[in-house]
Amino acid sequence: MRNPIGKKVVDIKPSGIRKFFDIVLETEGAISLGVGEPDFDTPWHIRDEGIYSLEKGRTFYTSNSGLKELRTEVSNYIKRTQGVTYDPLKEIFITVGGSEAIDLALRAMIDEGDEVLIPQPSYVSYEPCAILADAVPVIIELKEENDFRLTAQEVLEKVTDKTKILVLPFPNNPTGAIMEKKDLEEIAKVVIEKDLYVISDEIYGELTYSGKHISIVSLPGMKERTILINGFSKAYAMTGWRLGYACGPAKIMEQMIKIHQFAIMCAPTTSQYAAVEALKNGDDDVAMMREQYNHRRRYLLNEFERIGLPCFEPYGAFYVFPCIKKFGMSSDEFCTRLLKEEKLAVVPGTAFGDCGEGYIRVSYAYSLENLKAAMERLERFISKL
Amino acid sequence: MSTREEILNIIEKNSRIDVHELSVLLGAEEILVANELRSLEEEGIICGYHTMVDWSKTSIEKVNALIEVKVTPQRGLGFDSIAERIYKYPEVTSVYLMSGGFDLMVIIEGKTLQEVAGFVSNKLSTLDTVLSTATHFILKKYKDHGTILTKKYEDTREIVSP
Repeated sequence: MRNPIGKKVVDIKPSGIRKFFDIVLETEGAISLGVGEPDFDTPWHIRDEGIYSLEKGRTFYTSNSGLKELRTEVSNYIKRTQGVTYDPLKEIFITVGGSEAIDLALRAMIDEGDEVLIPQPSYVSYEPCAILADAVPVIIELKEENDFRLTAQEVLEKVTDKTKILVLPFPNNPTGAIMEKKDLEEIAKVVIEKDLYVISDEIYGELTYSGKHISIVSLPGMKERTILINGFSKAYAMTGWRLGYACGPAKIMEQMIKIHQFAIMCAPTTSQYAAVEALKNGDDDVAMMREQYNHRRRYLLNEFERIGLPCFEPYGAFYVFPCIKKFGMSSDEFCTRLLKEEKLAVVPGTAFGDCGEGYIRVSYAYSLENLKAAMERLERFISKL
Repeated sequence: MSTREEILNIIEKNSRIDVHELSVLLGAEEILVANELRSLEEEGIICGYHTMVDWSKTSIEKVNALIEVKVTPQRGLGFDSIAERIYKYPEVTSVYLMSGGFDLMVIIEGKTLQEVAGFVSNKLSTLDTVLSTATHFILKKYKDHGTILTKKYEDTREIVSP
């Protein structure tokens, strides 16, 4: 029989998280700070709208781009948060999570051999999606000394004639780093000068703790060069609903929608009705969750300091990314031993890129009680080292 | 959000939290938090540090009832004086002035049905200004003070995810 598998896929490394997941499953009584999704339930009024849409029989496909009402709400949302206007009919469409939008944006814009700049540590999908789109991923290693922000200098060092896209993953998973306006302005200057496009993944945009998130699309000249990706998973605790969106220049959206209509058809209808309610009436829920995350973030940072685990202060998402280099172990070894000896699961930084070596990702999408129990275990583990 | 509002939000849910932990969560100085707490108490904004007890899970019998009370307001005093006469009874746990079809909502707690019934017929109804009462017994509490009593939170997420 012929080999059924294509070479391009075989060569892609499986996610480092997957491997770790299997070990955690085998460990009985483990508590985990390894989850990348909110611990809150989707607010009831949002779920209720989803249920109501089912009762009314809204069980059919929507248009390929998604419900017009939802696209209009997305447009209003970006207008009121970033002051940027997107045409709901031509510049916005609804996807199956932010992750579909990442994949589509790369596939729609890449010709074979184009280079894509991917800052790491970052979410696991950019690099494999770039490879599947026949791009050449070029990794930019973010540094703790810069608070894991991306600097213009770092971009300039990696730009070549073939560079077409810069992925901008902020607020960042796994580091929790954010980009402030002045950081973005410097990046924007390089992007315009080198004629690049930006894929800005702002899925954690609602979860910042030092002022409002600023999108690069709000800077002059950037809307026409940026695919803005966001979704409902993190802000409204709607991960299982699988709903996101992409906004950008009509000519790019057209091509992305073309792939979307053949591969996906449309995003889940029930989720779209629920999402309309989220955007219309969900601000208070987001504020409540943000406040809770912020308490937990401060609690963890304070605990790390107390038990002697160095960590820069992150102002976004719901992760902290402490440095474990002083214990003379690799991230993998640290996490494996922590799991074996104290039954506490955290994710090795290397799951988010090689330069995550020496760090661990600790999620605070857990109740304070949970975090306290976990910190007891972590303290005991560290005191033995 | 002000520190004050944040403190209230936290201790409304967890009154046992100590000043140190509170200051960590808020990212504020301990002394500042302690002072704020003291003034909140002095101003009567913090009225107590009670514990929520689900008595139905114990073997101790408690009966709760909501009583709608219609009264005649008194000249110059409105509802305040009659409300005071009612809330002074120790079996009364809450008294609210209401809009709508009746005037006062009185919540009372007793050991038995008879005890509550006796309170209504002997004490409450016989007050001069009380025109009528309607008593509703609470059969089961599903949720109280924002806390769901009937089931525990269960984390059903995948144990590790990107």
